[in-house]
Amino acid sequence: MPLLKEGKVVEDLWTPLPEDAEPAPQGRIIVTLEQWQAGRERLRGHNGRLGLRLKSDQSPAQIVDDLHYFDLIALEFPRFGDGRAYSYARLLRERYSFTGELRAVGNVLRDQLLFMVRCGFDAFEVANENAAEAWRDAMAEISLWYQPTGRSGPSLGVLRRAALPSAR
Amino acid sequence: MYRYDEFDLAFVQQRVKQFRGQVERRLAGELSEDEFKPLRLMNGLYLQLHAYMLRVAVPYGTLSSHQMRKLASIARDYDRGYGHFTTRQNIQYNWPQLHDVPDILDELSSVEMHAIQTSGNCIRNVTADHFAGAAGDEIEDPRIYAEIIRQWSSLHPEFSFLPRKFKIAITGAPNDRAAVRFHDIGLQIRRNEAGEVGFEVIVGGGLGRTPVIGTTIRKFLPKQHLLSYLEAILRVYNQLGRRDNLFKARIKILVKQTGAEAFKDLVEDEWLHIKDGALTLPSEEIAHIEAYFAPPAFETLEANQPAFEARRFEDQEFARWVRSNVTPHKAPGYACVTISLKPEGGAPGDARAAQMEVVADLAERLSFDEIRVSHEQNLVLPHVRLSDLAEVWETLEADGLGTPNVGLVSDIIACPGLDYCNLANARSIPVAQRLTQRFSDLKRQHEIGDLKIKISGCINACGHHHVGHIGILGVDKKGEEFYQITLGGSADENAAVGKIIGPAFSYDDVVDAVDSIVTTYLELRRDGERFNDTLARLGQAPFKEKLYAAA
Repeated sequence: MPLLKEGKVVEDLWTPLPEDAEPAPQGRIIVTLEQWQAGRERLRGHNGRLGLRLKSDQSPAQIVDDLHYFDLIALEFPRFGDGRAYSYARLLRERYSFTGELRAVGNVLRDQLLFMVRCGFDAFEVANENAAEAWRDAMAEISLWYQPTGRSGPSLGVLRRAALPSAR
Repeated sequence: MYRYDEFDLAFVQQRVKQFRGQVERRLAGELSEDEFKPLRLMNGLYLQLHAYMLRVAVPYGTLSSHQMRKLASIARDYDRGYGHFTTRQNIQYNWPQLHDVPDILDELSSVEMHAIQTSGNCIRNVTADHFAGAAGDEIEDPRIYAEIIRQWSSLHPEFSFLPRKFKIAITGAPNDRAAVRFHDIGLQIRRNEAGEVGFEVIVGGGLGRTPVIGTTIRKFLPKQHLLSYLEAILRVYNQLGRRDNLFKARIKILVKQTGAEAFKDLVEDEWLHIKDGALTLPSEEIAHIEAYFAPPAFETLEANQPAFEARRFEDQEFARWVRSNVTPHKAPGYACVTISLKPEGGAPGDARAAQMEVVADLAERLSFDEIRVSHEQNLVLPHVRLSDLAEVWETLEADGLGTPNVGLVSDIIACPGLDYCNLANARSIPVAQRLTQRFSDLKRQHEIGDLKIKISGCINACGHHHVGHIGILGVDKKGEEFYQITLGGSADENAAVGKIIGPAFSYDDVVDAVDSIVTTYLELRRDGERFNDTLARLGQAPFKEKLYAAA
């Protein structure tokens, strides 16, 4: 599945940790919350970087104290209409100060990209073959918003209307 | 009233352009109906039984004459010459062509209107007291805050895919004309002991399958915290609201299942984190919006207008219209006029293009260019001089808009029902029409007095039957339309959900049944007693006895 970052299709350097696998693979692996909870001690010694994948009913709030172990968090959208991860993304960025890669996975549609960016996502697994083009279109369609959200931080006041920095 | 600045206009125009692209992709076959559906719903476009339906937002029910004329021309150019005003103070067009919709949205944007968030699982158009800015019992004009909420909620990135639709209503007066206890969030403007103005925050009210009266979770919220508190409520709901069952997805179910106290704690905990953050409303920002809603330049007039009084004394028909359709105004010598969209035999809330233009002209000349849409599906001229009332009435009469029945038994709320809606089990509009014919005798209507009948064609309760003094719910019994009757509901500050009186009635019998209930009330009422008072004093028994005696 194409991975979009900064408006470009890029190679995905991360691999999911297979079920029941010893963490033999070196390098960048993504674990599920269940894998993390079951093998936390072992995984902490992993030789390489760690990512965490959360289902839409798994709030990052329940793992706040462990967030510093992860360089990537992938939040699932099982259906495009399941919008819980938008709140999780904002919590991760704005409350828990997570600065790693925040990846949207699952039913990620072109028409949602802008909402996701504004909540703090910066990587997207999309089904669309013409992902980069779709990204450019989606980001160019709306350049104005009313709400201070995402990483813009408290300096941006309420209803202080802002223009999105042009498509990145 | 609020005027778009450059930002608002650019925002809406970008949105129209985006939707035009989406419609083109759909018409070219690049998008399936399944893929197109969420996109069109975010722009107020539904696919109904026979055609597309476009729902246009009328923010907090306020329109200028310019905007009303545009609504009329859209009805004429793109629809069948009429529009339908809804219980959420919006207007619906029932027959637009898909390829015309981007043009319609372009036309709307030229008068600062749009269809954003009139459907879908997002924060819907905020509704407010239709007498805002005119009512004498008002603490502050609720439209100031409704506009602030409109801006904050427009394409909110976190809250555009909620578990279910989300409705906010706000009133500035203790007499609740906005049904704040029957919304996902209701806001009641209050003054605290120190004299400061803020909000009572009510959550978890609603109609639908499970009618619930909302619970107050905060008695007084200082106004600068309005948006952060709303954001806290929405964030809790977005994360915890049920997504496994469409019928249990509204916030009222979450509040019930969590318990009101525990829910309140969740909100307050969340709020503590964001309370003094970026969403704090600076007083200059409030003042900036407030300036748009500054009262018009009312003349200094005598409260007593002899010519008006004389006309009322001499002309019984005029006097009757004044009694039901005219309400007091905060400024001496002025009044609020409610224009009934419930003529005998008509479809509640429908207005022809020419009628919209008549209302626009009257508003421009005689009501400081303002029009309101009420949640009871009528129109309002909020600021009319008493001395102009006769002219207003004569003009309205000439165009079928003079029905003197506001608040009376024929001022019925009804959903579109099986004539339009693909959710309905039964027809609503024809039942309303037959009831208005049965009660066509205006003298009798005025004798009966204040009595609200509300009709829904299915359990989703778009016709608000739960809060009708007499509520009528269409149900399907083995392929046949039947109507269940409830008594004792109320949407005002005495919020109550009506109770079912007994077995349902057939389409043919339902009008007789309502007539029987009204007749029983007239026989039993004491002086000054309204329907719900009599019902509270005597219970359902006497009504039931009469109603089912023949059976």
